[in-house]
Amino acid sequence: MWDSFKLIALGAVAVFAAIAANYAHDLAYLVNALTVMLAAGLTFLWILRRMEAPVVIADQNEYLDGVIRAGVIATVGWGLVGFLVGVIIAAQLAWPSLNFSELTHGFTNFGKLRPLHTSAVIFAFGGNALIATSFYVVQRTSAARLWGGNLAWFVFWGYQLFIVLAATGYILGATQSKEYAEPEWLVDWWLTIVWVAYLAVFLGTIMKRREPHIYVANWFYLSFIVTIAMLHIVNNLSVPVSFFGSKSVVLFAGVQDAMTQWWYGHNAVGFFLTAGFLGMMYYFIPKQAERPVYSYKLSIIHFWALIFLYIWAGPHHLHYTALPEWAATLGMVFSIMLWMPSWGGMINGLMTLSGAWDKLRTDPIIRMMVVAVGFYGMATFEGPMMSIKAVNSLSHYTDWTIGHVHSGALGWNGMITFGALYYLTPRLWGRDRLYSTSMVSWHFWLATIGLVLYASSMWVSGIMEGLMWREVDAQGFLVNAFADTVIAKYAMLVVRALGGVFYLAGAGIMAYNLWATVARQPRVAETRVAVPAE
Amino acid sequence: MADPTDETPDPTANPTPRERKVAEDLNLDVSDPHESPANPENRVGLDRRAADEENREQILRNAPEQIVGTARGERRKRATRRAGKKVIEVQSTGHSWDGIEEYDNPLPRWWLWTFYITVIWAVGYVLAYPAIPLVNRATQGFLGVTTRDEVARDIQRFDEANAPIQTRLASVELDAIPGDPELLNYANNAGGAIFRTWCAQCHGSGAAGAPGYPNLLDNDWLWGGTMEDIHYTLTHGIRSPEDPDTRYSEMPKFGVDGLLEDEQIEQVVNYILSLSDEPHDAQRAAAGEEVYVDNCSACHAEDGTGDRAQGAPNLADAVWLYGRDGRADPAVIRRIVHDGPYGVMPAWSDRLNEGEIRAVAAYVHGLGGGE
Repeated sequence: MWDSFKLIALGAVAVFAAIAANYAHDLAYLVNALTVMLAAGLTFLWILRRMEAPVVIADQNEYLDGVIRAGVIATVGWGLVGFLVGVIIAAQLAWPSLNFSELTHGFTNFGKLRPLHTSAVIFAFGGNALIATSFYVVQRTSAARLWGGNLAWFVFWGYQLFIVLAATGYILGATQSKEYAEPEWLVDWWLTIVWVAYLAVFLGTIMKRREPHIYVANWFYLSFIVTIAMLHIVNNLSVPVSFFGSKSVVLFAGVQDAMTQWWYGHNAVGFFLTAGFLGMMYYFIPKQAERPVYSYKLSIIHFWALIFLYIWAGPHHLHYTALPEWAATLGMVFSIMLWMPSWGGMINGLMTLSGAWDKLRTDPIIRMMVVAVGFYGMATFEGPMMSIKAVNSLSHYTDWTIGHVHSGALGWNGMITFGALYYLTPRLWGRDRLYSTSMVSWHFWLATIGLVLYASSMWVSGIMEGLMWREVDAQGFLVNAFADTVIAKYAMLVVRALGGVFYLAGAGIMAYNLWATVARQPRVAETRVAVPAE
Repeated sequence: MADPTDETPDPTANPTPRERKVAEDLNLDVSDPHESPANPENRVGLDRRAADEENREQILRNAPEQIVGTARGERRKRATRRAGKKVIEVQSTGHSWDGIEEYDNPLPRWWLWTFYITVIWAVGYVLAYPAIPLVNRATQGFLGVTTRDEVARDIQRFDEANAPIQTRLASVELDAIPGDPELLNYANNAGGAIFRTWCAQCHGSGAAGAPGYPNLLDNDWLWGGTMEDIHYTLTHGIRSPEDPDTRYSEMPKFGVDGLLEDEQIEQVVNYILSLSDEPHDAQRAAAGEEVYVDNCSACHAEDGTGDRAQGAPNLADAVWLYGRDGRADPAVIRRIVHDGPYGVMPAWSDRLNEGEIRAVAAYVHGLGGGE
């Protein structure tokens, strides 16, 4: 009965998508509609073929780990794609002929590939990592199976569909021109549905937990899911021009729109890349180090301080613009106050290792996690510093910002995710250990050297650029042409691209190592894991 | 089947009243074989516990600090004996999730105080600068400074300092500028800055040009290189659609509009190459002379030296507006003859004021090719 409903709904979606594709006003919409049609059609067939099969009742006393295994695979795959596109666009900045504009009619231009890179690493790599680890952590720390049956699978596949729709849209020219919120209205609507399902699964699991308290990692994950839902909806309020076209008109205009965008943009960093990944840290570091969390008090205080303060800090992205000065002031002071709450996570992460520091010598996974927490601390010091108006007048619009973002993204988000992936893979597939620890070591060094090259070249480049832009002679005339600054950056742009190659190479080694762990190592444990009895 | 003689009777089955009393005193479960006083195995441990219980106060008084946590509300103890001050407090909260426990360590003092300091600083900053939005406007702060004022003040300071010379620059005879050291010095600074902002995109920040965008360093001028000429070009632009007085001319699209056969174009291209002794096909060049005289000489002149009145380039020198890497390229010349060039330079009069245009003119004039 329920399956018949599903079939009817999916059939309707497929037919409607076909109609929409027929009336499509633009290429991006056409491709998106066809993708939706294909996805609905495939799901229709899959359900149809299984209708006659005997119904398997999932054991409620067993963790739902299949979706996490899929999430681990997706994280690694999208990560490789995102890093590769990042290396390509870094090379394009150093050598513009690599745009191949004439050959590809502009489809591989920097402007098209750049949002593809940012979305691939933040939403595809980071998002899948967050969803997969949150499903893993919430089950273990709640001693309960994921709530909602196959809803978790819907979240997984729905999220992959969102990624594909967004990515094809960027290449074919559908964008709202809002940084990190580029997808157009139809993709936004779909993500909203998926995200609400994600919230339901997560919250449902917490509500049926068998532990008396909610573990700190779950506070962070929950705050990330709830806040991202709010940010996503408000920043994407827009009116579609036509139901059959991807273009939409944003509800806000001018500086209000800019402010909404950076309220979103900053908190995408704050809640997606900080709070969510702190959730990851709070589970995987104590587990890998086999040490208790350093301070419960600190985790409470820094959690609430972080949640309260982060949401106000967005205006620091709009210093010295049309934004009223009072708003810039508020953004700045809240960013400064945010410094210590951010560092609370770092302290808790690092101090959890006290008594286990010797593991740094022998365990490259712990080393990765420590570097992640270290870069987290560095980036969350650099951020408040760059939010100070005087510093910002030098750093804004320069490569310094790019370096800052990447020391956070490559150092913190990337490294902690790699650590989590190395932790998860043998456990999820029931293998005794990883295929090769020395490969993890190689990955660690390649990634660390890559990210040091990246961050330091961008600091040099950004500060130089900022100083050149503002240089005036005694009569108040600018000394440098913009093109001069571009030429002066060349060497740093090459070093940055090289850093990216190192990082990508490390990720490639990880992908092989994880694949070999599953394919080449004997199975020693059942992959179905029972929920422990109380 | 187990040997019946192996069975040991349950020692806790029949506790004596004394054993019940001991269990009660120590708050033990008498039926649990692991702690019941009725089980002789437990006797040593229970004796020790009873003794500990009896001397509890004295033991706690003399306990080494490392093993004692602080009770709620009590001042935290500091051990100064070893390695400076070390706060000792290592108790777990007693929770455990999937094997993860949590210590109940206090907030690090430096962390807490730095946090307080940033909050106090924030309050101070909010009072000092524009910060809190009210009904009509935001609070302005007791310092009364805004970043917009600061920028405006900087601009005003330079404007005031430069005002006398800027006025003089805009009013003197154009030709007098290069001869006046003070004016020329100012014009070079100002003009250079304006050039790097507005002109460098096409002409290059060193003014060496690019294919289709003239080199301004050499002596070759399309529309003339005197102060007057350069000033006019800057003010009205070249083929600038918005300006009725713009410099205008148009070379025919000889190939596109079917004015010449492909072979004729090939011939004239070789003739043009021969004018400046570039490598060429002598036979075609000879045939191309007639094509040239009939079609090109009206603008580019019989000897190929061009005509500045129409902006027709000199074809007999080694300077190539449309070339490759600054050299003649038969394919490019063929394309130009076939498609016809239409280079545009915007009129700057609506973006730059007279003083600024004159400054750029003097700067460009002074780059080396000025006449």
